[in-house]
Amino acid sequence: MKAIVTVIGKDKPGIIAKISAFLAERSVNIEDISQTVLQNNFTMIMLVNLEGSTAKITDLAPEAHALGKEIGVEIYMQNEEVFNAMHKI
Amino acid sequence: MISGYEILETVKMVKDEHFDVRTITMGISLLDCIRQDAKQTATAVYDKICKRAENIVKVGEDLSSEYGVPIVNKRVSVTPASLITANFPGQEKLIAKALDDAAKKVGIDFLGGYSALVHKGMTPWEESFIKSIPEVLATTDKLCSSVNVGSTRSGLNMDAVALCGKIIKEAAELTKDRGGFGCAKFVAFCNAVEDNPFMAGAFHGIGEGDCVINVGVSGPGVVSHALKSAPDANMTEIAEIVKKTAFKITRVGQLIATQAAKRLNASFGIVDLSLAPTPVVGDSVGHILEEMGLSNVGTHGTTACLALLNDAVKKGGTMASSHVGGLSGAFIPVSEDVGMIDAAAGGFLTLSKLEAMTAVCSVGIDMVAVPGDTSWETIAALIADEAAIGMVNNKTTAVRVIPVPGKTVGDSVSFGGLLGEAPIMATSKGDASRFIHRGGRIPAPIHGNKN
Repeated sequence: MKAIVTVIGKDKPGIIAKISAFLAERSVNIEDISQTVLQNNFTMIMLVNLEGSTAKITDLAPEAHALGKEIGVEIYMQNEEVFNAMHKI
Repeated sequence: MISGYEILETVKMVKDEHFDVRTITMGISLLDCIRQDAKQTATAVYDKICKRAENIVKVGEDLSSEYGVPIVNKRVSVTPASLITANFPGQEKLIAKALDDAAKKVGIDFLGGYSALVHKGMTPWEESFIKSIPEVLATTDKLCSSVNVGSTRSGLNMDAVALCGKIIKEAAELTKDRGGFGCAKFVAFCNAVEDNPFMAGAFHGIGEGDCVINVGVSGPGVVSHALKSAPDANMTEIAEIVKKTAFKITRVGQLIATQAAKRLNASFGIVDLSLAPTPVVGDSVGHILEEMGLSNVGTHGTTACLALLNDAVKKGGTMASSHVGGLSGAFIPVSEDVGMIDAAAGGFLTLSKLEAMTAVCSVGIDMVAVPGDTSWETIAALIADEAAIGMVNNKTTAVRVIPVPGKTVGDSVSFGGLLGEAPIMATSKGDASRFIHRGGRIPAPIHGNKN
């Protein structure tokens, strides 16, 4: 299953490193990554693949959110389907 | 891959604009639970709900976590209970307790369907059932109740209308220590629908299958936000913005509904295309209407703006879902919407204006608090007016009104949570008692006869 990880907040060193480490520890593969300043916010968007991971997204999503609180940004991990449903016909 | 802008749009709907799936409601048929006596029936009812809805809370939480969209309520609706209790009038409370106990056991927020459909006639056991409603509302925690008093095909059952006026007063009296809270769990309908996922009026119609998932989406904040970004749009453009927004939020509702049905081994029923407000700031249907250019909800122009909103929500949502149903449209409950609360408290929104608005919104007079000394006849007359609007316009209308004991115009009452806070609204000074005491049936309108 693929998921989108969205990181929103103030830019600072180490954000990508910490999130990448978090994903690597759980065998979640990053397939695509982009970062930009959108609507005055630092925004990083990752497309990740959970196929190789034993962890479930229902566990990973709250863990990622908690990591965000730790490093002072907001992190959301959501099944990719929700974005496809909303934006693709 | 979806663009960053689109991803952010979705994330922000939840993060900043209060987008949520309001409810996953599992409809369960209880027709196979009818036994020889009340006790055996109660056991069968309890067992079936506990078995069928065992995982609804867990599945709801999992979907919420996986898709990153809050699912506020998990609910169950059942076959109108008056059909299940027909064998043993006088013992309805046993079934009510079984329903309430089952709701608590599976951990859902509400269970709807302590209901009777008496739009044309009322059997003795249905009358007994309806008379049990006030005590049931006062002694249960999760149960919601409704009575259908009319339809476009059958006309209005004025005996049932009168009885509803009486039981609303009784329910208020029995729950006077909680501001008449019992009345917040009861709704009188005209043209009630069989697949409504929303409370207090949800029940599982007899035309439905054994176990069905219906989902109600929400998102007034998302629509409001979209309109704020186009302050100079004309009304054609506003309708387009509402349609596009409704499409997007309904697509998520469709996704959640199909996934929930699959994981709960139930059929997918419908998505209810609703704009359901909450008392939270930024989640108000009233504020959408004000964003269209009204200083306050209730002023002249409100009915026109609401008509556009209700229609555009349906048009946008229809293509987003394979099956649309329920009440679908914009809800205008007073106590549950901060824009409506402010307008009522400020004197801009009166009961008469609200009645006009219900001709073009999705349901009716909803969560309106009136003085505690309002007579049962006045409440019945209010129901009759509202039901007449539904009957003639071929739409669902409803009345959920709370005559708050000991309170009068100028006071307010708080129910907490999703039910919010309501200023007491004035009813007319006139008297409709003679009309209500006549009883009988108001014949169906000519256009109800479509064959």
